[in-house]
Amino acid sequence: MKILVCISNVPDTTSKISFTDNNTKLNTSGIQFIIGPYDEYALSRAIELKEAAGGTVTVLNVGEADTEPTIRKALAIGADDAIRINAFPKDAFYVASQIAAVAKSENYDLILMGRESIDYNSGLVHGIVGELLGIPSVSPVMKLDIEGGKAVMSREIEGGKEIVEASLPLVAGCQEPIAEWKIPNMRGIMSARTKPLKVVEPADITDNIKLLNYELPAPKGACKMIDASTPEKLFDLLKNEAKVL
Amino acid sequence: MSVLVFVEGAGGEIKKSSLEAVGYASALAKKINTQAVALVIGKYSDDQINSLGKYGASKVLSCKNDKLSQPLPMPYASVIAEAAKKENADTIILSRSSVVDAIASRLALKLGAGIVTNVVDLPDLSSGFKVKKSIYTGKAFAFYDLTSPKKVITISKNAFSAVEGNGSATVEAFDPQLSDSDYKVQIKETQKATGDVLLTEADIVVSGGRGLKGPENWNLVIDLAKALGAATGCSKPVSDLDWRPHHEHVGQTGVKVSPNLYIALGISGAIQHLAGVNSSKVIVVVNKDPEAPFFKAADYGIVGDVFEVVPKLIEAAKALK
Ligand SMILES: Cc1cc2nc3c(=O)[nH]c(=O)nc-3n(C[C@H](O)[C@H](O)[C@H](O)COP(=O)(O)OP(=O)(O)OC[C@H]3O[C@@H](n4cnc5c(N)ncnc54)[C@H](O)[C@@H]3O)c2cc1C
Repeated sequence: MKILVCISNVPDTTSKISFTDNNTKLNTSGIQFIIGPYDEYALSRAIELKEAAGGTVTVLNVGEADTEPTIRKALAIGADDAIRINAFPKDAFYVASQIAAVAKSENYDLILMGRESIDYNSGLVHGIVGELLGIPSVSPVMKLDIEGGKAVMSREIEGGKEIVEASLPLVAGCQEPIAEWKIPNMRGIMSARTKPLKVVEPADITDNIKLLNYELPAPKGACKMIDASTPEKLFDLLKNEAKVL
Repeated sequence: MSVLVFVEGAGGEIKKSSLEAVGYASALAKKINTQAVALVIGKYSDDQINSLGKYGASKVLSCKNDKLSQPLPMPYASVIAEAAKKENADTIILSRSSVVDAIASRLALKLGAGIVTNVVDLPDLSSGFKVKKSIYTGKAFAFYDLTSPKKVITISKNAFSAVEGNGSATVEAFDPQLSDSDYKVQIKETQKATGDVLLTEADIVVSGGRGLKGPENWNLVIDLAKALGAATGCSKPVSDLDWRPHHEHVGQTGVKVSPNLYIALGISGAIQHLAGVNSSKVIVVVNKDPEAPFFKAADYGIVGDVFEVVPKLIEAAKALK
């Protein structure tokens, strides 16, 4: 089984978001960058599949040199080697096109990634990669097993789940609880330093959306407190003040 | 030229979020002096189909092909692309859902269209086609200009309210070409919770956290939800402990909700939970710890024990009717 796992390099969930340069750039000072949490679930499942049935796990990130610590962490968790496509990940279409350009000649059996990145939350990369490569894609996948050369998956739907089956090769957008998160051990961390990390230059992609600027939501007003001895007052307020009942 | 909107249903009923999308498409169509065409795939009653006209569609393409009875992204993307070409649609609107990401991404590629998801407002057309998108799980917004002639937009639930008017739509049967190569994924089984209000579609959500102490106390959450016609949710530890099913778990790694009213009972308000609820219009928090972080995100708060406060809330909610 030859598996490619695409990871994003994103601000830690607890980050306070702010912008600089006239609201055109993320203020990265004090922000810790991590493997996208959904991507990390995908990586963990890839390693489990490799451990069970053999094969290789390659991680891929579209990013500039500053994402290498995140890539090394993925290697420490257990990926065999890594590819960094040396480009700023402008948007989902751009990122997916770069991934597809690299994946085209490599014949991966499985391409796994998170259902969405937690920075832009677009949820598009898996579908675009699938369409560009002419292979099926499924998301959000909560369970993935390979049985008789096919992928058997459970996919989240509103208020339930679907059991779906697909032929390989396949792209899957993953989410919890597809695997247990893996914590890198000392041996993993040591070996990550020497595992191959190949840098490739990006393909020429003509983009058709342009990021203009960012904005923060209006600050939230103070929370109105209601005495616990008369909680029913809540409903008057919800009805007459907030007008949501 | 027209605006095409994809209409999704659940259990034979058109989703509220799809009606919002129809309203959005119709408002956009008015801005650019054209008409909104709704594409509905599946078998719906005449009433359901006619309601699309009330929400602003001028025309409905109704596709009842049995091979499309299951919402598979690949054939759906092909069908919507065919409808877009037939209707000469420059902009295609979809409401974001668990299946729409996969549809919209493929659709955009088939049409060579620029795509932006999670859009929260009508486009600004004063120079170009400027859309506002929610990013960082609700912690910020980004503005994009869609420069391609064709555009695909997915809108966030509850970002645009659907208003029922008295318009009507002409209905036309649509029989698209289907290709076998689009059927590489097969749905073997659907396991659905029935009878509940769908969490992602609900106007009101009542959620419980570890403060409820155990599944045996969940009637407090359920009864309050019932009295308010709400859906029920929970925090992650609650589903990890199997007190509630996984699909009820709200937050960054669970379901994202954006109801008009979110009521959190005995939930601390960890950032990962907030990530799934912070686009709710109004947030109410009941927690015995006045320092619980959820109060910082809430509009209304009650510092108190859920076992004392919630029974009173249930009684008061029942009396609302
Ligand atoms: C990568 C990652 C992803 C995560 N994703 C999610 C997610 O998607 N969703 C999610 O919910 N969490 C998520 N979490 C977990 C999250 O960080 C919190 O642990 C979780 O939200 C806490 O749930 P809780 O508030 O129910 O429980 P607790 O943290 O145990 O809080 C219980 C609260 O109940 C209150 N309480 C106790 N007894 C009573 C009483 N009798 N009356 C009133 N109040 C009472 C307490 O004061 C406390 O505030 C994630 C964590 C990580 C690391």
